[in-house]
Amino acid sequence: MPQVFSPPVLRPCGDRAVLMELGDAIDPAVNRLVGRALEALDQHRPDWLVEAVGAYRSLMVIYDPLRADYQQVSRHLAALELAQAAGRREDGGVVEIPVCYGGEFGPDLEMVARHNRLSARQVVELHSAVAYHVYMMGFTPGFPYLGGLDPRLHTPRLESPRTTVAAGSVGIANDQTGIYPVASPGGWRIIGRTPRKLFDPRRDDPFLLRAGRRLHFVPISQDEYRRLVAEG
Amino acid sequence: MDVLRVIAPGPLSTVQDLGRYGWQRFGVPVSGALDDFSHRVANRLVGNPDGAATLEMTLAGAKLEALAPVSLAVAGADMPLSLNQRPVEAWQCLRLEPGDVLTVGTARAGVRAYLALAGGIEVPRVMGSRSTNLGGGFGGLAGRSLRRGDVLAAGAPAGGRRQRRLPPEHRPAWERRVNLRALPGPQDDYFDQGLTVFFASEFTVTPDTDRVGCRLQGPEVPLARGRSAGIISEPLAPGGVQVPADGQPIILLGEQTVGGYAKIATVLSVDLPRVAQLRPGDRVAFRRVDLDEAHRLYRRYHQRLQEMSRLMAVGDEV
Repeated sequence: MPQVFSPPVLRPCGDRAVLMELGDAIDPAVNRLVGRALEALDQHRPDWLVEAVGAYRSLMVIYDPLRADYQQVSRHLAALELAQAAGRREDGGVVEIPVCYGGEFGPDLEMVARHNRLSARQVVELHSAVAYHVYMMGFTPGFPYLGGLDPRLHTPRLESPRTTVAAGSVGIANDQTGIYPVASPGGWRIIGRTPRKLFDPRRDDPFLLRAGRRLHFVPISQDEYRRLVAEG
Repeated sequence: MDVLRVIAPGPLSTVQDLGRYGWQRFGVPVSGALDDFSHRVANRLVGNPDGAATLEMTLAGAKLEALAPVSLAVAGADMPLSLNQRPVEAWQCLRLEPGDVLTVGTARAGVRAYLALAGGIEVPRVMGSRSTNLGGGFGGLAGRSLRRGDVLAAGAPAGGRRQRRLPPEHRPAWERRVNLRALPGPQDDYFDQGLTVFFASEFTVTPDTDRVGCRLQGPEVPLARGRSAGIISEPLAPGGVQVPADGQPIILLGEQTVGGYAKIATVLSVDLPRVAQLRPGDRVAFRRVDLDEAHRLYRRYHQRLQEMSRLMAVGDEV
């Protein structure tokens, strides 16, 4: 069982940030506490708050040292209300991500299947069978770190990373699965591609996903992929 | 208004401001001018607010032709300047007329120089900032570094073409051996003997250094017994010093939001401009300070910038 830190553990992270740890493990319950701390900070923004950044089990709170010192910031963080409102559902439903698996969009699908002694079709079925928890984003803008990959799909990274992985590529690396929102170098095994834009800096809401939400992969054909791309 | 045409861009020249805050939880790094001090001084030399966008030039500068009358200043790394092939000084406001050509040469000391235009470099704000995010391909000038033929536009100048110049004795000297002040943590408990090695040794900057991080080479900084270098990935603060399993520290800069290596210490904000100017082969030592001293130094840094502004106001019309 994961341990929840109550009260949270606070540590200085340089001269303008405090690291707030809410538990000791990668776990949806601990991660939801991170989400609640961010929400509480967003709702009543103290004048010293520059930005708060969440991750798996911790958040980093950046402050303006000309407006507050570490003790002031720590007191504020220690007093944040993290208790869950009774009966409240927080994940906002499941986001559906259509994926065209295999072929030119998923060059490593066959390899993932061979590695796990499965057929390509079984890989697709297992990968699209569950809802994944979005723990955090990082690596590139909008890249979701997802929890919940079926152990039967765990596959090591490529021995040498590709210089370019296309935007929308869906991959597996060890016990993780994720989606590349922008074209970037990468070493994950690519099993498919989504036509949805996870990140568009010109949109009012640039991100399709956010931490704390859940997502589901939905297999689509190449024709559907092209149709969805054409629809934008 | 279009004011400069790029004849040669230099190896890596990007538009930067004070950074893009508010989106790190989505994986968007702050970016921004790595040498905050030189960026602010360049802006102040042409009468801009500190948040105006400048051009960050790396190792060598750009060659630019004026398309309209423009006031500009270059500050930061010691790159020789010439205006129509006649040497001119950096750290002062220069006036260019249409057809004038400014050449910013190869850095003799330091790495990054900042070119500020009166009125600021005018590019669209993307997600609240004009900084270039090279990894995501947005912000700045079309999300990329400068190319030959690009045209830079300037915003409306704040007014008053004063002849500003920072006296030489107040300009930073980019020394080849620097002491960086640092606070232990956030994972100082991953190291015991390693902390002693870290704060007592000298490290060398490797050529494998970019806007993401400054990689160092030196005596191995060992982890405490029973600890591994990996941690559950967490948000990163600029200046954080990661120590991967090989024991060779990396000072993180402004292009990564989360990381999974233990950080032995975090360099003070006021010393990050020094890190931005480190060249391969430069020597680095870390000096331990506490949070009270760090915050005193932070306030002094901002007071010093105010003093700089007073020192540089020396005349009226350019």
